[in-house]
Amino acid sequence: MVRLMVDAPATGSDESAVDAFLQGDRPQEHPTQGEPSLRHAPGPYFGNYGGRWMPESLIAALDELEDTFEKAKADPEFTAQIADLNKNYSGRPSLLTEAKRFAEHAGGVRIFLKREDLNHTGSHKINNVLGQALLAKRMGKTRVIAETGAGQHGVASATAAALLGLECVVYMGAEDCRRQSLNVARMELLGATVIPVTNGSQTLKDAINEALRDWVANVGTTHYLLGTAAGAHPFPAMVRYFHEVIGEEARAQILDQTGRLPDAVCACIGGGSNAIGIFHGFLDDPSVKIYGFEAGGEGVETGRHAATITLGKPGVLHGARSYLMQDDDGQTIESHSISAGLDYPGVGPEHSYLADIGRVSYEPITDSEAMEAFRLLCRTEGIIPAIESAHALAGAIKVGQRLAAEAGPEGKATDKIVIVNLSGRGDKDVATAAEWFDLLDKDSPEAEIAKEGEQL
Amino acid sequence: MSTIHDGANQAAAQHASKSAAAIDRARAQGRAALIGYLPAGYPSVEDTIAAGIALAENGADLIEIGIPYSDPVMDGQVIQAATTEALAKGFHVRQVFDVVRGITSKTDAAVLVMTYWNPVVRMGVDEFSRSLAEAGGAGLITPDLIPDEASEWMAASDKYGLDRVFLVAPSSSPERMKRTVEASRGFVYAVSIMGVTGARTSVSSAAKDVVAAAHAAGAERVCVGLGVSNADHVREIAEYADGVIVGTALVAAIRDGGVDAVAALTKDLSTGLTKEEA
Repeated sequence: MVRLMVDAPATGSDESAVDAFLQGDRPQEHPTQGEPSLRHAPGPYFGNYGGRWMPESLIAALDELEDTFEKAKADPEFTAQIADLNKNYSGRPSLLTEAKRFAEHAGGVRIFLKREDLNHTGSHKINNVLGQALLAKRMGKTRVIAETGAGQHGVASATAAALLGLECVVYMGAEDCRRQSLNVARMELLGATVIPVTNGSQTLKDAINEALRDWVANVGTTHYLLGTAAGAHPFPAMVRYFHEVIGEEARAQILDQTGRLPDAVCACIGGGSNAIGIFHGFLDDPSVKIYGFEAGGEGVETGRHAATITLGKPGVLHGARSYLMQDDDGQTIESHSISAGLDYPGVGPEHSYLADIGRVSYEPITDSEAMEAFRLLCRTEGIIPAIESAHALAGAIKVGQRLAAEAGPEGKATDKIVIVNLSGRGDKDVATAAEWFDLLDKDSPEAEIAKEGEQL
Repeated sequence: MSTIHDGANQAAAQHASKSAAAIDRARAQGRAALIGYLPAGYPSVEDTIAAGIALAENGADLIEIGIPYSDPVMDGQVIQAATTEALAKGFHVRQVFDVVRGITSKTDAAVLVMTYWNPVVRMGVDEFSRSLAEAGGAGLITPDLIPDEASEWMAASDKYGLDRVFLVAPSSSPERMKRTVEASRGFVYAVSIMGVTGARTSVSSAAKDVVAAAHAAGAERVCVGLGVSNADHVREIAEYADGVIVGTALVAAIRDGGVDAVAALTKDLSTGLTKEEA
């Protein structure tokens, strides 16, 4: 385990919450069979994390959302609607593809890609937005608002709103709007209104702040369609619920294709929604090691990164207690990553808990490592991954090499199996990658655009 | 451990709520209390102290000092701009205690700190509370901390005899209203509208209902904030509330006219405090 135990919360400071989550006396070390399940954790607390650190004005809306969500989960009509949309709109189940040529670079273990990149809109994000948009309809709300960094969640939200006939307003940092003008156009084509946010650092966290301000003022008609498994209860447990399908499918598919469970599961972590979705399927399988790869940016030693769990300290932001990138005064520190989707100074509370109990290992991957894995997948498998997902691929290379080393000279690396959640496709990242690999003509307009981080 | 705890309980018992005392003094004069907000360190720590003293000398009974924070989700543009500037100039959280001490050493006003919760978590709830009490502070107003999550703060505020001012909103259910009123000490902060801080042309009719609900839930002192910017608003709210909270208008005053403008606005606002029927 690489993460540094900086300022971990005092054990026993929130025993009742731990008990509520575990419903038993689970040891804080290595989960083994026969112990209480880690699956379907209901919130509001995940160990010392989670909760509702929110203005009182929004508590009634959170209560209404929780109530609606709980009733919907128990309603066969709702679960049938979700299943139908997943199958006939998003294109689920997504494939599980063995990446044989890529695996040669990962110690020779077998690597399987969970192909969330093949979903409608090009990433796992669609799972959550469809679920939440349906809940908005059940609550009688006519308007959804969303935050977005690079634009992926904004595009997904605009998509779901168009499909279900909801008004959609997306808050996006002015800096991000400028860098991602084509995604702004995408959202507008889908009928959404994009509002540039000029406060603070003008990036994702400020877009969330502005969305929360909108929600406070318009909560009667409006649902806040939060894009990741973070925020105040019930968001972390609810967003996970809509993404659990990733892990369920992957578990069944790997059993079907190989006859056994994998040795390791890898995913990238920003807020952590794609990761918690695939992890969930394997949390109760003690033989499966689980890895979350954070954005190490230019290197965690440089301070320019988004490795929240690796280097952050517990705090409260955007409604939840979790690991947080903050200074000694508790002011949020701006994160940095080549991947806009991982560029967030917080992380979902369930991940903080899974880190503390040691069930999931969280490690940083630098921009350079991610981009090398990005190129490798392009050239060995003919798949252009999202740069976010490339962090998981880079981590899987390390995990594969470790597993191969453990197998020893006599052991067979090919007996080891690793699943990587390929959370999104990289079409949006072509300009960034072209700039990174210096593929563009110096004087071309594309080179100018790419310098700004534009994602095509 | 037990001796420390006993000592703290005694301290809490000896120091009754400073906020409640300030509101009660106004009430004894047949008027509502005036509560003025200033962000610490805007435009400088010295100016905040001077403006706080000017508030107290020109009719404010309680003063709220806001801690500039990187993610102020309950604040509108004017206060955001001020706190962003304070942070850019290098404001540090510990300086809030200098501001509180600077005002309480020169005036009788009750001085509360209004803060988003993470800066308190980072310093440590106990250490923050101890430092605030030592600086002569009355307590905390906590816009993003609800009683449900406040167990550490409940203990620390008891230990150091600090007021804990929670917010109630037009959307608060009767159950939550009751629970929040019971958890509060000093006064209850009634949010007049569903929205963030900022001047508005009129006071929402929802404010009166929130105050009535808080009183019905057992609150002895209910003060109204959000969107209160002139003497007419103050006059309207003073009819039914125990205190009136002005924020954005004062921040705009210090921005545009410095401490003198704060003094002049406070004087004007205080003309609205007397209850017409009192």
